[in-house]
Amino acid sequence: MIMESMRKKESPSSVVSTQFPDEVLERVFALLTSHKDRSSVSLVCKDWYNAERWSRTHVFIGNCYSVSPEILARRFPNIRSVTLKGKPRFSDFNLVPQNWGADIHAWLVAFADKYPFLEELRLKRMTVSDESLEYVAANFQNFKVLSLLSCDGFSTDGLAAIATHCKNLTELDIQENGVEDKSGSWLSCFPESFTSLEVLNFANMSAEVNFDALERLVSRCKSLKALKVNKSISLEQLQRLLVCAPQLVELGTGSFSQDLTTRHYAELENAFNNCKNIQTLSGLWEATALYLPVLYPASANLTFLNLSYAALQSGDLAKLLVHCPSLWRLWVLDTVEDKGLEAVGSYCPLLEELRVFPADPFDEEIIHGVTEEGFVAVSFGCRRLHYVLYFCRQMTNAAVATIVQNCPDFTHFRLCIMNPGQPDYVTNDPMDEAFGAVVKTCTKLRRLSVSGLLTDLTFEYIGTYAKNLETLSVAFAGSSDWGMQCVLGGCPKLRKLEIRDCPFGNKALLSGLEKYESMRSLWMSACNVTMNGCRLLAREMPRLNVEVMKEDGSDDSQADKVYVYRSVAGPRRDAPPSVLTL
Amino acid sequence: MEGRVTYDNDDLNLKATELRLGLPGTDETEDHEQAVSTARNNKRPSPDDCVIKSKSDEAAPVAKAQIVGWPPIRSYRKNTLQPKKTEAEAPGIYVKVSMDGAPYLRKIDLKVYKGYPELLKALENMFKFTIGEYSEREGYKGSEYAPTYEDKDGDWMLVGDVPWDMFMSSCKRLRIMKGSEARGLGCGV
Repeated sequence: MIMESMRKKESPSSVVSTQFPDEVLERVFALLTSHKDRSSVSLVCKDWYNAERWSRTHVFIGNCYSVSPEILARRFPNIRSVTLKGKPRFSDFNLVPQNWGADIHAWLVAFADKYPFLEELRLKRMTVSDESLEYVAANFQNFKVLSLLSCDGFSTDGLAAIATHCKNLTELDIQENGVEDKSGSWLSCFPESFTSLEVLNFANMSAEVNFDALERLVSRCKSLKALKVNKSISLEQLQRLLVCAPQLVELGTGSFSQDLTTRHYAELENAFNNCKNIQTLSGLWEATALYLPVLYPASANLTFLNLSYAALQSGDLAKLLVHCPSLWRLWVLDTVEDKGLEAVGSYCPLLEELRVFPADPFDEEIIHGVTEEGFVAVSFGCRRLHYVLYFCRQMTNAAVATIVQNCPDFTHFRLCIMNPGQPDYVTNDPMDEAFGAVVKTCTKLRRLSVSGLLTDLTFEYIGTYAKNLETLSVAFAGSSDWGMQCVLGGCPKLRKLEIRDCPFGNKALLSGLEKYESMRSLWMSACNVTMNGCRLLAREMPRLNVEVMKEDGSDDSQADKVYVYRSVAGPRRDAPPSVLTL
Repeated sequence: MEGRVTYDNDDLNLKATELRLGLPGTDETEDHEQAVSTARNNKRPSPDDCVIKSKSDEAAPVAKAQIVGWPPIRSYRKNTLQPKKTEAEAPGIYVKVSMDGAPYLRKIDLKVYKGYPELLKALENMFKFTIGEYSEREGYKGSEYAPTYEDKDGDWMLVGDVPWDMFMSSCKRLRIMKGSEARGLGCGV
């Protein structure tokens, strides 16, 4: 909108630069926060490009190898906040070799030189060593935010360095990482003079922390608004923390099962009653029906409830949800079963996001969990639903058709039928029509994960109808190259395509030659792609990095795992021996 | 219970739990190293480990070999989840007990014992051996056996150091070490 009004003022002889000195442009652009907007703005003309680059303070890099630290620093001189993503998403599921790369250190060295006032670092799927964390603590005096999601390579020693030296830290968010949890003593490293913390998340770490140190820290950080503790914190300790910080907006509890005396139970209930601002609740490990009621007084304003660590039964969930009418985001385990999901449909009319995780994903003898019925029940009650992640053991085409008819606004539809290649369990047909219904009905769909028995027809549907699709995940599906060709030929906004164990070969791979430059990345593993196919791709498209990871004992000609991505930085120089750059 | 064993597939070394007909103490060290190395990087072992372990897994009831990375659940979720039993009361804390040199393992219910003395007496009776005197400084003195257990973090600990309740909730399995290995655990950290 800003661009529109500025263009109107342009005279045909375009003397924009005299009407709008750089400072004005920069001040205006400083108001732009979206990366897409900023990218568009930078493409208008040289003056705008320069103004944009000088005014940009936050940069988002979706693939750390798509650009180099040098190129980044050259273009953007004033960065204070960096978000970097590293490994391909399938590394979360052990499909990427150990030492693949995405090491943050080289970036940090460049940042220390060019951005000594760096304040925020948000990393996802990067390798971060203790040395790197110590480097951050030593080199960035103004450092405020450290967020590590799904990273690996560091231990609690690195966290100790951060806690000890980062005097201005406001956010320490350590989520779901492969941390070597040597001890909880890192938490005790925050000096007594340190009071600036606003966000502390160590929920997924296991070692016990010193509770007194934690209690003192929480007491003196008056701006603390998010606290997510780990399992080692008991209910009694939680109560004391809540008394210190009733202003919390986001709370992650510790272990939610302990033998409490009546007095302690009452104190806990009281503590929750005093927390009037809680919007997000998580943790709740080993929560039992006995203690869930203490949450009721604090649940009225809850918008996000994460029960994915609490193996609740349907009845317990129902009783809790009655108290959560404002919920728009809910994560549960499939122990709640279809009956629990019926309760979701009944009590959460504002629900927009639902994730159902499997409690026992590897035990095939389990016949519990959720089915298509639960999903359908939710769709009838929650018409605003637009984000779903659903793990189940059976599904039907008819059910999915009903679901999307009830909820046509899906933006993210991630369905995982856990037995690979499983058909519609009623009709025994492939699940093609289910995903056909999804893409035909949900025109706003941006992310799709498919599963079950699928032929090329599913991909024909996707290519034909999914015009807003950006991310597609495929496993154990498809009949021939044609399937993948349909997707590459048909989805104009496709950015990320990840495929495993599908019968797609070189013909499919090469049909996307021009497409890959407009995408962030392509992953193909355990498909029918050969080394020759990859070499051809690399030769034809020099601005793509084509990397192959071979597995031990596989045929020389097979390209077991292929990762293709666009880059302005050229082929990477830090690839381990197991990764071949073609 | 068996379901739990397959759950921790990635960082539990299954060789320690499978039924053994030979001398169980013989390849314990390499298993221990592997357990330590996977525990250190508890995000993931190499993909090869997953596949190999699932193929040699005789203890689990799952008929099919597990596919690497499927279903797509993140490692941290597998490691931290402890599914609750559907019964109201958990029936007992059953842990496997192995003894170096014994042909097969036993299983005991920790809930049955009120404290360490009863547990150790029961172990002595079960395996027909004597445990020495416990002291914080020197561990178990006076016999060539040391009772150890694997805790939730995958570390091998000497039985008796922590309060009984803490031990009960963190003990995953017991192993009675014999000989020089036992003495190694008894002395020092």
